[in-house]
Amino acid sequence: MEKVFKKTSMLTDKIFHYCPGCTHGIIHRLVAEALEELGVGDRAIGVAPVGCAVFAYEYFNCDMHEAAHGRAPAVATGIKRVHPDAVVFTYQGDGDLAAIGMAEIVHAAARGEKITTIFVNNAIYGMTGGQMAPTTLVGQKTTTAPDGRLASHCGYPVRVSELLATLDGAAYIERVSMHDVANVMRAKKAIKKAFECQIERRGFALVEVLSSCPTNWGLSPKEALEYLRDAMVPCYPLGVKKEV
Amino acid sequence: MARKLMKGNEAVAEAAIQAGCRYFFGYPITPQNEIPEYMARRLPEVGGCFLQAESEISAINMVYGASGAGARVMTSSSSPGISLKQEGISYIAGAELPCVIVNMVRGGPGLGGIQPGQSDYFQATKGGGHGDYRIVVLAPASIQEAVDMVMEGFDIADQYRIPVLLLGDGMIGQMMEPVEFNPPPKRDLPPKTWASTGWSDKRRPRAVINSLYIDPNELEAMNLKLQGKYKTIAENETRVEEYLLDDAQYIIAAYGTISRIVRSALASARSEGIRAGLIRPKTLWPFPSAAFENAAAREGVEAFLTVEMSSGQMHEDVRLGVNGKKPVHFLGRMGGNVPSPESVVEKLREMKEGK
Repeated sequence: MEKVFKKTSMLTDKIFHYCPGCTHGIIHRLVAEALEELGVGDRAIGVAPVGCAVFAYEYFNCDMHEAAHGRAPAVATGIKRVHPDAVVFTYQGDGDLAAIGMAEIVHAAARGEKITTIFVNNAIYGMTGGQMAPTTLVGQKTTTAPDGRLASHCGYPVRVSELLATLDGAAYIERVSMHDVANVMRAKKAIKKAFECQIERRGFALVEVLSSCPTNWGLSPKEALEYLRDAMVPCYPLGVKKEV
Repeated sequence: MARKLMKGNEAVAEAAIQAGCRYFFGYPITPQNEIPEYMARRLPEVGGCFLQAESEISAINMVYGASGAGARVMTSSSSPGISLKQEGISYIAGAELPCVIVNMVRGGPGLGGIQPGQSDYFQATKGGGHGDYRIVVLAPASIQEAVDMVMEGFDIADQYRIPVLLLGDGMIGQMMEPVEFNPPPKRDLPPKTWASTGWSDKRRPRAVINSLYIDPNELEAMNLKLQGKYKTIAENETRVEEYLLDDAQYIIAAYGTISRIVRSALASARSEGIRAGLIRPKTLWPFPSAAFENAAAREGVEAFLTVEMSSGQMHEDVRLGVNGKKPVHFLGRMGGNVPSPESVVEKLREMKEGK
């Protein structure tokens, strides 16, 4: 019988630890498929974050580093400078990248560091149990904003893609979403382009993937995807922010 | 090789290059700026890469990345900057990666000053960052020794997969002395089969550079492995210099810059009949405790004196070594001040007179 689908070889056989309805699993698969389709799996080196994807080094079937919280772009810089022909990527969440790791990501982009960052934004700290992130929507309830994020007290969501797109070193920045199949397919294309950008040595590339967190949003998986579409996407407009 | 007059910071940088270091990540801070500046000029000449990071935090994490990728890599800073690097040093120690870190110490705490100090001894030898870990700490007393220690430091780091810290100070960094660059005694270094280089050779396991162990038993096993390694290092790599101990009634403990001043003081003291000697730890971790145990057991030894450019940090390790067998006195200056030879002799006189 003809085999019409198989799991990508760039994922290990380790079973994901992610919560039901979480879209990290889909995003892992898209990244792994992109590496496989581009034929760069044996020169890929990934950097895992601190956060829900902390165990990414167990899932991606390539050489991996686990970084300290927020420091993945600096770690990736060290790797890339030693192995300029490697395809180096970081996989980071919004607490990791947009809070504690803001300096590292901004300067990696400003240097035009030839790495690819997959930035998964679900507007909350997932691993630690649902605290407010820099990306939390105004009014969104979290364990550390129990009455909803109050802009007068703790400010506004950070739009990382728009911010990084202002930097000359950034070669490719796109925001995509996981809320339906059509958007998942768009995300796959964006991730592949972000790796091509690195392979062609054009500069820094980042794909911001809007993602759901049913557990900490207190929603069912289906409701979470609707919230993603109806609340998050309006705050974080999709599309290419920078391409050179 | 001919001797060359060089500033400490530049000599340390050149020593790293001669030892095969090809990557340097740093951030400006006085009094060590000549190290990154020298690296920025020299590394491209030898096919290496110098990169100025946006912070000490980033610099040490670039070191983590480069070391995990198999490179010989160095970073340098001074006290406040070394504090910022502690998170990364803990991760590097936890992931068992080799690297060389230079701290040209200045007086603290806080922003402190820019004059030489020895006030980072606790931070250097007692952990610095979180977790049960050690790093090798080398304490040079001359520019030549700094050169030799840096060159051998890369080998020690690679042999044991451990960060090696050169603990100098503003004086070592800024003064000029003649130096020559001689390769250290040859070691049989293991190949870096654990490094992340891209997994094209499927005969080796997939490289994972990591310090996360969720299972407490796995984490304890990893810690026990580290402790075993530290025991081996303590057995093999402890270094100490003993000077004029044979007839000594008084034994001074001093390391680095201040040991030079103590050496001058010993000559003066002896000229007025005070028989004093010196124990100079060259490795601060592993600490040469046995030298102090043995000296404390010597007949004729009346007392010890620790002299430091701090409030008395190594003093605690000296007291542990002497272990109550003899009195241990202390003389120190802080804030970037250096005890004078006269003050050392005066202190010895007081000790002799039983004050």
